[in-house]
Amino acid sequence: MKRAFPIFAILTALLLSYALYAALVMAPTEKTMGDVQRIFYYHVPSAWTAFLLFLINFVASVVYLIRRHPLADIVAAVTAEVGVVFCTVVLVTGPLWARPVWGIWWTWDVRLTSTLVLWLIYVSYLMLRRFSSSSQTPVLAAALAVFGALDVPLVYFSIWIFRTQHPQPVIGGGGSIDPRMLHILLLNWLAFLCFAGLICWSRYRLERLRREVEETQALEALLEPRRVL
Amino acid sequence: MSLAGITGATLAKDLRLEWRSKDAINAMLFFALLVVVVFSFSFDPNAEESRQIAGGLIWVAFLFASVVALNQTWARELRNQALDAYRVSPAPANALFLAKTVGNFIFVGVLEVLMTPLFIVFYKLRALGPAWQLIPVAILGTWALVVNGTFFAAMSIRTRSREIMLPLLLFPISIPAILAMVNATTAILTGELSSRFWIVLLATYDVVFTIACLLLFEMVLHAE
Repeated sequence: MKRAFPIFAILTALLLSYALYAALVMAPTEKTMGDVQRIFYYHVPSAWTAFLLFLINFVASVVYLIRRHPLADIVAAVTAEVGVVFCTVVLVTGPLWARPVWGIWWTWDVRLTSTLVLWLIYVSYLMLRRFSSSSQTPVLAAALAVFGALDVPLVYFSIWIFRTQHPQPVIGGGGSIDPRMLHILLLNWLAFLCFAGLICWSRYRLERLRREVEETQALEALLEPRRVL
Repeated sequence: MSLAGITGATLAKDLRLEWRSKDAINAMLFFALLVVVVFSFSFDPNAEESRQIAGGLIWVAFLFASVVALNQTWARELRNQALDAYRVSPAPANALFLAKTVGNFIFVGVLEVLMTPLFIVFYKLRALGPAWQLIPVAILGTWALVVNGTFFAAMSIRTRSREIMLPLLLFPISIPAILAMVNATTAILTGELSSRFWIVLLATYDVVFTIACLLLFEMVLHAE
C-alpha cells in the first residue's frame, strides 16, 4: 500500500498533463464559441466529479448512521471536503465561460442555482464538522448529509419553473458533440477522477493518523496520574 | 404515559414558561418590528412596487425573527441539565421534538398574526389574487421553518458558538421552502400567477422533512 501511493500519484500527474495537452491542443476548436469552449473540458469533469463525491458522502453518511463504523465517517468527511473544492471549480469556471458566450456572468438558471445551493449545503456541512466537538461530529454531520440529500430534488424542482438557459447535457441529452471532443472530455474526466481519488486517499491517510494521535493522547492523559502515584 | 401525553405535558410546560417570561416572543416581536421599519426606510415603495417585493420582505423578516425563538428552544433546557435528565429518562425523544416544534409554531404564528397588520399598513398592501390562500401558505411556510429550525437548533446547541451555527445550517436547507413561500405570497398579492405549484411544493417539503426529523431526532439527541 505504501508504495502504491507514489506510483498512483505519478500516473495521475502523467494522465493530467496528457489530458491538458489533449484539451488545449488536440481538441478541435468549436465553431461558434472558439477557444473559450475549451474550458468545458474542465468545467464538466469537475461537476461530474463533485456530484460523484457528494453521492459517496451521502452513502457513507447513511452507512455511518446504520453501522456506526468510524471508517464510514472518515470517508464522508474526506469526500465532502474534496467535493466542495471541485464544486468551487465548477462555480468559478462556469461564469468565466458564460461571460463571453452568454454575455452575463451569472443567471438564476436551474442547474447553476442547484449547484450553488448544493455548494452552500456542503459548506455548512463542513462548518458543522468544524464547530462541533469531535465525539458528536459524526452523527450530527451524517444527519445533515441526509437532510442535504433530501433537499437537492426539492431545490431542483423549485427552480425548475424558471426557464433554463444552460446548454443541454451533452451525454444522453440529445445534444450532438464531435466524437473527438467527447473522447477528450471523457479522458479529462478520467484524469480528474484519478486526481480526486489521489487527494481523497492522501486526506484519508491524514485523517486516520490524526485520529490515532488523538486517541493516543487521550490514552496518555488517562495514564498520566498513575505515573505520578 | 403515551407519546401524546408526554408531548402535551412538555408543550404545556413550554407555553407556561413563555407566558410567564415572554422572553422569546418579546425579542421576536421587537426584532421583526425593526426589520419592517428598516426595510421601509430603505425601499419606500409605492403600492404597485410593494406588491412585488412584500412577499420577500415579510418572509425574510419572519425567518430572521424565528431564529431568535429557535435559538431559545434548547438553550432553556441546558440550565440545570434538564436536557441531560430528559436524555436518561425513558420518555420518547420524538415527544420532546414534537412539543418543541409545536411550541415554536405557536410562537412564530403569534408573531405573524401580530406583524401582518403592520406590514399591510406600512406597505399599503392589498391582495389582487385570492387572499384566503395566504392562510395555507402561512401555515405550511411556518411549519417548514420551525420543523427544520427546531431540529437544527438541537444540533447547533451541541457545537461551539451555538447561536451563530443555527442560521448557517438552517438557511441553505430552507432555500426551496423560502423560494416557495415568497413566490406563493407574491403570486397571491399580484394576482398574476397561480400559487398552486408553490403550495404543493411547500406541502411536499413539510412532509419530507417532518418525517426526516422524526426519524433522525433520537440519534441527534443521543449523539455522544
